[in-house]
Amino acid sequence: MTNSSNHVDVKDVTFYRGSRKIYDGLNVSFPRGKITAIMGPSGTGKTTLLRMIGGQLKADSGQVMVNGDDVGRMSRADLFELRKNKMGMLFQTSGLFTDLNVFDNVAFPLRTHTDLPDDMIRDLVLMKLEAVGLRGTRDMFPAELSGGMVRRVALARSIAMDPELIMYDEPFTGLDPISMGMILRLIRGLNEALGLTSLLVSHDVEESCQIADYLCIVSGGKVIGFGTPDELKNGDNAEVRQFLNGDPDGPVPFHYPANDYRADLFAGDA
Amino acid sequence: MLKYVRDLGKTGVESIQSIGRAGMLFGQSVTWGGPGSAGFLDLIKQIHSVGVRSLSIIIVAGFFVGMVLALQGYNILIKFGSVSALGTMVSLTLLRELGPVLAALLFAGRAGSALTAEIGLMKATEQLSAMEMMGVDPLKRVITPRLWAGMISVPILALLFSTVGIWGGAFVAVDMLGLYDGAYWSNMANTVEFYDDVVQGLIKAAVFGVVVTWIAVYQGYDAAPTSEGIGKATTQTVVISSLAILGLDFILTAVMLGGV
Amino acid sequence: MRMRNIELMVGGFMVMGIIALVLMALRVSGLSMDAAGETYTIKARFENLGGLTDRAKVSLAGVTIGRVTNISLDEEWYAAVVEMEIDKSMSTLPIDTSASILTAGLLGEKYIGLSVGAEIDYMTDGDWVQDTQSAIVLEELISRFLFSQAEGE
Repeated sequence: MTNSSNHVDVKDVTFYRGSRKIYDGLNVSFPRGKITAIMGPSGTGKTTLLRMIGGQLKADSGQVMVNGDDVGRMSRADLFELRKNKMGMLFQTSGLFTDLNVFDNVAFPLRTHTDLPDDMIRDLVLMKLEAVGLRGTRDMFPAELSGGMVRRVALARSIAMDPELIMYDEPFTGLDPISMGMILRLIRGLNEALGLTSLLVSHDVEESCQIADYLCIVSGGKVIGFGTPDELKNGDNAEVRQFLNGDPDGPVPFHYPANDYRADLFAGDA
Repeated sequence: MLKYVRDLGKTGVESIQSIGRAGMLFGQSVTWGGPGSAGFLDLIKQIHSVGVRSLSIIIVAGFFVGMVLALQGYNILIKFGSVSALGTMVSLTLLRELGPVLAALLFAGRAGSALTAEIGLMKATEQLSAMEMMGVDPLKRVITPRLWAGMISVPILALLFSTVGIWGGAFVAVDMLGLYDGAYWSNMANTVEFYDDVVQGLIKAAVFGVVVTWIAVYQGYDAAPTSEGIGKATTQTVVISSLAILGLDFILTAVMLGGV
Repeated sequence: MRMRNIELMVGGFMVMGIIALVLMALRVSGLSMDAAGETYTIKARFENLGGLTDRAKVSLAGVTIGRVTNISLDEEWYAAVVEMEIDKSMSTLPIDTSASILTAGLLGEKYIGLSVGAEIDYMTDGDWVQDTQSAIVLEELISRFLFSQAEGE
């Protein structure tokens, strides 16, 4: 199964948050070694999808297969083993340890999971930091870094154990254009150099289209479009086009479903 | 009317759920070992941050409480002509009650709230999630050493509180009120029992330590990951653990004295 | 370097805890180092204990030299048997030593007061104190006082 062309397969997944249905029979596959951007309106549970792939959330029904194994049914030990070697995730707020400096942050997974001697860990950490261009910040603390730098350090940390799959949760949010350009380059570069499977959750249509091999548009608990950016932009699905072009109204209504407006207004007098 | 009943039921179910979650958290994090478990050095670091850093407040508070006890006790006992029992009164009050209880209350305010805020913030900034995704179990890495540090620190703090308090009492009784110091110390040594008073006080303190730290880490771990949520959790820690200390104190005292 | 300081401080903290415990044991609760094995037991029979309890003090000339370890009822004599542990350092109690149950202050705790006799032989482990005086029961005293008052009239 591991040599299948799909790294992650999501089959018939249903997921509830409280009583609200987030996913209803979601089916999608993410090809190995490619960058796939998961896009969709806010609140559709894109981050939830990443967390299900990482095993942090369990689907209420259906399967999430990574390398052919069902993440939701794995034992705790197997799940931690999988995350340790095979997966990396870059969080929206980066999740850097604020009480450790940059060097120790990147060294954290290496020190925890390996018995490598100190000088080898040092070399590895410096290599990872060099890859994100921040070798010079090794003694600084996360609080002293800019938002873009924090995200790059977090990226260095998530690739410290050389994962096969890396997930980015909103990597472009709140960055200035220069930092954004750097992150874009890094994601592309890492993918090309290491052959990583990259999953990317984002709202930024333009940036995502620039680097993603495939787009996966999620709305209303289902995948409404999957394909290369060009395919989708020229496709015949109105909702996908509305999203990619950013039209305010269309198949996705401007108004959240509510009862009749006039009736609602008059109801206040009663 | 029906709404109130329903709300009451909902609150009840939610609190039982929350107790269940707290129990699971304790069960999963009280033992060492597991993916990316914390080491001995982490325990040392945590004892430093919850124990050593609470030392100054414990010592200052203990000294003043001891002095006040001696002053009040002197003025009461002198009416019955039994000032010689002052040492006994001060030491028993401290060892049996005030040492464990006040040390635990101060610990809850000083270290418990800090623990909650720290863990809540780690959760809000996705440090715990990031850890999990690196194949490190945050329960074992973050919660376990903190839980143990609290359980180890509170008895020590309570003991230091009582010790400083007894010497503070001696300072007032002997140096300020002019009581014969032999009377203060020898009556104390005659009445205070090592097992009944010192050890039982320590048992109380150990129980308080477990409960306060447990409440603190649970509140942090379970906090809504927003600044409002963390603020609420911090307050909850202080309120719940203070009530827990006082309630448990009664239960433990009743069990130990065998009176009820 | 920073970690070393932390280790030092935590070490100091632990040591302070241990010192406090030792202080509590020795100075505050007067627990002597030579607790076990360094005592011998003597027994005494009392008609009325009047609230004497286990672990009550045994004193000689106002100095505590031992403790009550066991209280039982002698069914043959219908009297209370009190076993007390006496410190080995006080091994020169004459065999005609007497024991009485006294009260510390008017309302204080009951303890056993020993007063020495004149014999040259000393008591050893398991010996009985022959001359005992029971606790003074306040109610009896008062009733006796009232009766004598009534007779006097």
